[in-house]
Order: sequence, then C-alpha cells, then structure tokens
Amino acid sequence: MSLRTRLTRIWEFLIEKAILLAGLACVLFVVLIFVFLLREGLRTFSHISLGDFLLGRKWYPISSPPRFGILSMICGSGMVTLGAALLGVPLGLASAIYISEVAPPRLKEVLKTGIELLAAIPSVVIGFVGITVVVPFLRVAFDLPTGQTALAGAILLSLMAMPTTVSIAEDAISSVPRRYREAALALGATHWEYIYRVALKAAAPGIVAAVMLGIGRVIGETMAVMMVTGNAALIPHSLLQPVRTMTATIAAEMGETVKGSDHYAALFAIGIVLFAITFLINFVADSFLHRSRVTLR
Amino acid sequence: MSDPAVSTIPPGDLPIPSDQPAVEVDQLNFFYGDFQALKDISLSVEPRRITALIGPSGCGKSTLLRSLNRMNDLIPGVRVEGTVKVLGSDIYAPEADLVALRTKVGMVFQRPNPFPLSVYENVAFAARVHKTARGAAMDELVERCLASVFLWDDLKRNLRKSALDLSLEQQQRLCIARLLAVVPDLLLMDEPCSTLDPAATQGLEDLMGELAKQYTIVIVTHNMQQAARVSQDCGFMLLGELVEFDKTENIFENPQDPRTDDYIRGRYG
Ligand SMILES: Nc1ncnc2c1ncn2[C@@H]1O[C@H](COP(=O)(O)OP(=O)(O)O)[C@@H](O)[C@H]1O
Ligand SMILES: [Mg+2]
Repeated sequence: MSLRTRLTRIWEFLIEKAILLAGLACVLFVVLIFVFLLREGLRTFSHISLGDFLLGRKWYPISSPPRFGILSMICGSGMVTLGAALLGVPLGLASAIYISEVAPPRLKEVLKTGIELLAAIPSVVIGFVGITVVVPFLRVAFDLPTGQTALAGAILLSLMAMPTTVSIAEDAISSVPRRYREAALALGATHWEYIYRVALKAAAPGIVAAVMLGIGRVIGETMAVMMVTGNAALIPHSLLQPVRTMTATIAAEMGETVKGSDHYAALFAIGIVLFAITFLINFVADSFLHRSRVTLR
Repeated sequence: MSDPAVSTIPPGDLPIPSDQPAVEVDQLNFFYGDFQALKDISLSVEPRRITALIGPSGCGKSTLLRSLNRMNDLIPGVRVEGTVKVLGSDIYAPEADLVALRTKVGMVFQRPNPFPLSVYENVAFAARVHKTARGAAMDELVERCLASVFLWDDLKRNLRKSALDLSLEQQQRLCIARLLAVVPDLLLMDEPCSTLDPAATQGLEDLMGELAKQYTIVIVTHNMQQAARVSQDCGFMLLGELVEFDKTENIFENPQDPRTDDYIRGRYG
C-alpha cells in the first residue's frame, strides 16, 4: 500500500470519528439540558402537588406563603397559540396551495424565498413591529383600554408560524403524484376540484403535521409575545384581554429570583411543562409526517 | 364473471347514431415545441367498436390518444393543427368546453392511478364533481359501475378500503369503473395492461369486449397480439405518421403498406 493511500485512510478515519463526536455531542447536550431542567424543576413537587401546580389559579411567587399555580399561564399560552392557529392555518394553507398548485414557476421561487426570509426575522424585531403597529391598531379598532392582548400575541405568532406551516404543507401538496391530477382532469374535474377533492385529501397527514409543527414552533416563543400581550397573570376570557404566557413568565422572573429558591425551582417546573407540551406536539406531528410519506409513496 | 355486464352498465347515455363516426381526425399535426410528434393524421373511429393503435415505442400513439381528450393541453409549449371532431363537435374550436369534452371522453392510463381515497370515493368522484348523484342514487351508481367491471362481488364489503391497497388489476378495473360513472361515450385506453400479468390482462380484455357493446373504445398497445385479439379496427403508426388504418384482419393478414408488413412479421419472427 502506497504512502498516499495510507495517509488518505488515516485522514478518512479521523474525519469519520470527528463527525461521530459532533453527533454524540448534540445528543449529550440535549440530555444534559433535560437532566438539568428536571433536577432544578422537580424539587417544586416536593412541596406542591402536580395538580395544584397545574390547576392552581394563583401565582404569587414572592408573597408569604408563596402560591405557585400556573393555570392562568397555561390558559394564556393556550389562548395565544389557539388564536395564532385560527389566524395562521387558513392563511398558511392558502399560501401553500397557491405556491404548490397555482403560482407560475418564477413566482413560486420568489414566494418560497420570501417566506423563508420571514423565518429569518429575529423575534424581537417582530415584537417591535407588534408594539408600534399591531397594539395601537387593536386598541383603536376594538376600542380597548389597552391593545396589549392575547390577540396581539396571536397575530405575531401566526406570522412566525407561517414559514414552518407553509413550507411543510407546500411540500406535502407538491409531493402528491402528478398522475392523480391527470386522472382528475381527465374525469372532467377543474383544477380547483382536483385540489380540494384529491390533493388536499392525499396530503392531509402532511398538512396536519405542518400545522402542528407550526404550533410547536411558536408555543415556546417568548420575546415577541412578552412584548405585546400585557403579561397580566389572570385567566383570560377572550382574545381581547391581556394574558401572560408560560414563556414570558420564565423570561421575566428568572432574572429577579434567588438561585435555588422555591420560586427559582417553580420557574424550572414551568419549563418542564413547556418541554412536555412541545415534545408531545412534535411527536404527534412527526407521526403524521411519517404517515404522509407512506400514503404518498 | 358469468353475468354479462350489459344490464349493469349505467344507462342514460344516448347511443351514438350508427351512421356518425365517434371520432373524426382530419390532417392533424402535433408539436411539442419544435418537435413534430404527429404528422398529417386523418382517421375516423366507428362507434361501439374497439379501435387499436399499434406501433413501436415513441411513434406517437399516446400523443394521438391524448389529443382526443385534450390531455396534451397540460404540457407547456404544445401546438395543434388540423381538426379533431368528437361526436360531431370540433374539440379544438375556441368555444369548445373542456369539461363537457372530458365527460364524453374518458381515459384509462398506462399505470393504474386510482386516487388515494376509498374505493367508494374513487367511483363517486365524477358524480360528486358533476353533481349528478347523491345519497342513495350515489350508492346505486357506485354499485352499478363496480358491477360493470366485475369488482362489485369482490369489494362490496370493502368499499371503505383504500384504493391503493387493491391489486394492480383491481386498481385498473377501479379506474375504469370510476370512468363509467361519468357516463362517457368514448373510452381511451393507453396501454391499460402494460403493468398487469397475463391472467389479469386476459380479464381486462374480456371486460373490453363487454364494454364495447355500449361504448366506443380506442386502445393504444404495443402488444400486437392484444390488438389482434380485441380490436375490430386497427391503425399502425410509425415516426408520427399513421401508416395504415383498416379493419384489424386486413392489417394483420393483408397489409397494404410494406412498413406495416415488416412490423407485423418482425414481431411474429
Ligand atoms: N411531453 C413531451 N415533450 C416533448 N416530447 C414528447 C413529450 N411526450 C412525448 N414526446 C415525444 O413524442 C414522441 C411520441 O411520444 P408518445 O406519443 O409518448 O409515443 P408512444 O406512446 O407511441 O410510445 C416521442 O418521440 C416522444 O419522445
Ligand atoms: Mg405511450
């Protein structure tokens, strides 16, 4: 064996191991973060039951005795996310249909790039636009005491979910095989009838996954939401009330709390809840994505 | 398969008058961009007969078939010269109605392409699109169409099953059933048996024979034996030209053009 080939082999070996290490490091970090989250957070449940924590209506972390009930924040996050889904899903689906089925090739590229760029805008910038445009608009439009409402958060989040939702849904619709379109048109269906009777049904699992991944993407979103939702820890009754989300609570209070205190642990416990929700959403979305690959083989 | 399909084929379509050709193609030229795929084709297809188009791969059989229901319109950059009349109306006239055309002319593709929906929804598709049946009438339509292709007995308990789980032959039969629900007059079939095994091919050929009692069928095949078995009229194509068009027995036993003769003999060895 020549020196050259031997050197190449060693080089290959080193590269292979380096890549392996990098991969392992990623897994390791995830595990470490998870362990850390559990270690800091689970302590909370030694002095408050999981039920009281999740369903408690009062969040008074620094009064004595302190109260750690996060129901209002779960509702806050839920309402903002639900609002974002209600606003974002029809719009996102319509864009996905337009891009995959209607737009001419040139425009298609422009639109796809545009939507990807939307993902590149830092969330604090979106929050800033929210404060200066959306919040005042809502205050005037609905004649509210303040425009800082769940709706404002939902509007921003629907924008932020858009890139994920649109690109995955577009993918799902585009990968419906062409032969179905030919079959439908040959039966006298119009293009639109093909889209909603065949393409959308064939792509349904992928579309569900797109929506869920979009939601999963924004439920953990913090900055933009914190800037526009008013952050009142009350159980909201409508989209037009201020809310406080789980993420905003952690972000706002983590800096002020004493490391190792019960309050500190409770914030980590919120983190665990958030993690569990996000994990569940991603898991379900993933199984839908898998199903869509199977049906569209 | 004992009970003939005649009684179960959807009624309602007025039979084409026997003196009028189902399809008349006159000096048809067809271009994919600069490439001329059909050269000066003229032929007429008689009603309630099976007309086969044969010829080597790439000679333009599919292109000719697809210009009869304007499926080529989906391809960018195509150009058509000449006239094609289906049931007496010029389908390339500016005022021609594409949807109406495709309810008169159904197409079966080379590869079975049932929708990724249930068996029932596949057959119901056309009636839902054209709003021609619903409720009990729809159930009846689905049964009739499936019976016409001899699938009803096999599938009546599995109507909710995904069409993609059927065998290839069943899928192709389902595609034909889906077509019959449109109540077309003319059925275009583009190598409908090319993905099927010999037994399934035999079954489908029998089905064509039954359907030809009521429908006009144009079938493209590169299998000459099949053309000889199923068709009454036959056209031989070569490099975009229709070399010869005649009764099937004349094409196979007494071809007028030496190129037809070469092709037929070449294949029989
Ligand atoms: N979409 C297309 N664009 C350009 N050329 C095509 C297209 N489809 C078919 N052709 C060409 O037209 C000719 C006839 O094709 P086709 O009708 O499919 O032949 P056949 O069905 O007899 O095998 C071939 O030379 C083929 O390469
Ligand atoms: Mg072909």
